[in-house]
Amino acid sequence: MDLKDKLISSFMAFENNVDVEHPVHDVRTEAIKNFEHKGFPSKKEEAWKYTSLNSLQKIDFSIFPKQDNAIEYKDVKKYFIHEIDTYKIVFIDGVYSSHLSETTHDGVDICLMSSALTKPMYKQIVDVYFNKVASKDESLTTLNTAFSREGAYIYIPKNKMPKKPVEILHFATGNEASIMLQPRNLIIVEENAEVQIIERHQSLTSNDVLTNAVTEIFAAESAIVDYYKIQNDTANASLIDNTYVDQKSKSHVKVHTFSFGGKLTRNNLNFFQNGEYMDSTMKGVTILGEKQHVDHHTLVHHIEPNCESHQDYKGIYGDSSTGVFNGKIIVDKIAQKTNAFQKNNNILISDKATINTKPQLEIFADDVKCSHGCTIGQLDEDALFYMQSRGIPKKEARALLMYAFANNVLESVRIPELKTRINKLIANKLGVNLGFDL
Amino acid sequence: MAYTEEELKKELETKEYEYGFYTDLKSETFPKGLNEDIVRAISKKKDEPEWMTEWRLDAYRIWEQMEEPEWANVHYQKPDFQAISYYSAPKPPDPNKSLDDVDPELLEMYRKLGISVDEQKKLQNVAVDIVVDSVSVATTFQKTLGEKGIIFMPISEAIQKHPDLVKKYMGTVIPKKDNFYAALNSAVFTDGSFCYIPKGVRCPMELSTYFRINEGGTGQFERTLVIADESSYVSYLEGCTAPSRDENQLHAAVVELIAMDDAEIKYSTVQNWYPGNKEGKGGVYNFVTKRGLCENRSKISWTQVETGSAVTWKYPSCILKGNNSIGEFYSIAVTNNYQQADTGTKMIHLGKNTRSTIISKGISAGKSQNSYRGLVQIGSRAENARNFSQCDSLLMGNECGAHTFPYIEAKNKSAQVEHEATTSKIGEDQIFYCNQRGIDTEKAIALIVNGFSKEVLNKLPMEFAVEAQKLLEISLEGSVG
Repeated sequence: MDLKDKLISSFMAFENNVDVEHPVHDVRTEAIKNFEHKGFPSKKEEAWKYTSLNSLQKIDFSIFPKQDNAIEYKDVKKYFIHEIDTYKIVFIDGVYSSHLSETTHDGVDICLMSSALTKPMYKQIVDVYFNKVASKDESLTTLNTAFSREGAYIYIPKNKMPKKPVEILHFATGNEASIMLQPRNLIIVEENAEVQIIERHQSLTSNDVLTNAVTEIFAAESAIVDYYKIQNDTANASLIDNTYVDQKSKSHVKVHTFSFGGKLTRNNLNFFQNGEYMDSTMKGVTILGEKQHVDHHTLVHHIEPNCESHQDYKGIYGDSSTGVFNGKIIVDKIAQKTNAFQKNNNILISDKATINTKPQLEIFADDVKCSHGCTIGQLDEDALFYMQSRGIPKKEARALLMYAFANNVLESVRIPELKTRINKLIANKLGVNLGFDL
Repeated sequence: MAYTEEELKKELETKEYEYGFYTDLKSETFPKGLNEDIVRAISKKKDEPEWMTEWRLDAYRIWEQMEEPEWANVHYQKPDFQAISYYSAPKPPDPNKSLDDVDPELLEMYRKLGISVDEQKKLQNVAVDIVVDSVSVATTFQKTLGEKGIIFMPISEAIQKHPDLVKKYMGTVIPKKDNFYAALNSAVFTDGSFCYIPKGVRCPMELSTYFRINEGGTGQFERTLVIADESSYVSYLEGCTAPSRDENQLHAAVVELIAMDDAEIKYSTVQNWYPGNKEGKGGVYNFVTKRGLCENRSKISWTQVETGSAVTWKYPSCILKGNNSIGEFYSIAVTNNYQQADTGTKMIHLGKNTRSTIISKGISAGKSQNSYRGLVQIGSRAENARNFSQCDSLLMGNECGAHTFPYIEAKNKSAQVEHEATTSKIGEDQIFYCNQRGIDTEKAIALIVNGFSKEVLNKLPMEFAVEAQKLLEISLEGSVG
């Protein structure tokens, strides 16, 4: 039985465990119908031209993980940003782990999607926001919607800011063969509120793990959202991350994506600008080796005038890795005075590495400034020689250059401890000790 | 004062498309529709050898299995391939070789277009192979070219006289099954140009062909094959104008270029087919496949000025197969009213040290949509490949759209690829500056557009550059507001 059939037949079993009377369930049944109709995307579709899901569909994933997989904090401490205090929402095989987590209802809600979807007190909010910005016809998103039950739920009321950043961690133990996880997050940041979120998916097993995540972010007027995605998973873990952002006037939303690991990673990042004078920023550093594959798909839809968007993606590709960047900017007819920038720089350091990039603009308004730049190149031989002639070994010199290449993405990380952590990850990935922290 | 306001108004109304007149040539036209018999009939009409007929039929069978492509960013009513007449030749049937024999009506038509087939061309050093509705009727300068060993003739003649060359090269760069329209063209092409430059010869003059569509409801399917043998050079011009027609006309051409070792081909196009009227009615569908193959140290340079056609779908490409070969693409695409253009290039780097440059300028006005779609592909063996791409779009008015779809695929670590794109509008300060100095807004825009397109216009041969500049002005007339 292939994965699609398995998922569709599992839906009935899934229905036994959720409240089918709840209005959310109508959304789910609608979504599974859509998925049944569309199935997994194939390479024939323009958006999936460079990424194939065929090999993943051959794996026999378990859809419903067991409930009782516990892990000790000391075993996973290294995956947390443990240098600082944070709110933590931790899931083990898709199941909430209360003893590793630290949630709150003190002024802000940092808790679980499962409570938001079932408890009457959240009903009003769920009605207004759930599945409102997420695509209703993209097949993987609808697949997630159909099985949406658990994930992080964050609600920041007007003029509030949580005392500390929020960490969302998904561990996969895979104690029972291969598993597929489908977390669903809902993040609502009300007027003039602010939040910082760090998200990580981590597999603790050598079994295959497939995560198909959907995150909906709603940023109301003047809200500020900082979202950091750390993707440094094991060689058997694949991630399809679908993030949808709905922004209102004067809000600022930044999403940083650091992709260093995983077998196949696909990031679908979609911004919808429903208001004026706002800013959307997407930045990413990708450093790959082995046979890894990362596909960054971004969409910024400028719907109203006077907005900005900034995209900056850097990629370093070694061994037989492949990278894809597909950035799309749409500027609607009335979205005059839009400033939209897109940059994608890539370095290939191996003969077998491949990069496919497609920075795409669709512009319907005339008074706009839109530009995109895209380069593929190598490390500067002169700079390498300069450093070597001053006693820096070649390996370190190369690492320094690559580090510098990625640095202007790192500069905008606003949590210092996180920046240090990412620096270490980069040094680790490049196989050197840089001997300094920026 | 003989010139009244009414007369001026009248003149402006008719000015929209200066070349929109219809000359009544006594055409011999095939019945509408396409099937194997029609393909055979075309082949028979052309007196083609057996292998050619088979080649066409093979293409037809491939075409039958194919579906019309949908991926381009254009929307139009699909042509009904059974409602098109696939052959139309002007009478008299016997080919004219001297200017005196040419149909005077035809000459009149060219006079209106400003194309002189007469001796003036000699002074301009241009040899012209004129194609009216698919059949070449007058060829000049055969002798001068003949002395150098250059073959420049209609492709139907080449099939008779140089079957070995045609057989060897036709369909090698663009196979029959390449795409829907290439297959269609391979099955039903009626004429086109064939050009062969022998080893070491530098073609002394610009070769040029004018195409136009005349008979209503006829499709134009011409086929061009240019072969530049080792160390040769040729500059080839192609210009197109078509009279006003209400129903959409289909144009599906195939152009194949082959540049052998150390050869250079420069291919320039000015395309000014009927773009449809202000309401977007009528106009030519231009679905063209153009591709060049570069051997070692050779160079192919495409320059195009696209101002006409209701729908354009065109990607002149270079396959940089040989080491140290060079591909270039310079393009200006102007769309106005309801025109739609999806154009760009493909640079396929296969050889070592290959280089390519892409400069694309898109200007959209009115309610038009202008897309750049390009592919830069660096193969895994293409060491030190280098590409520079620049796509600039200029938007005039807020009802048009500019789109960019650049695909970049690199499989070699020594590749250096740069891509840049910008979109902007004409600055109000620039127009104000011109107004202040007594230049009216329309002229000012023409000036600015000319400046914007200078990089590409500079690449055109002299005579063409002047014509192209004029075309830009005509196309953008009335787009200020």
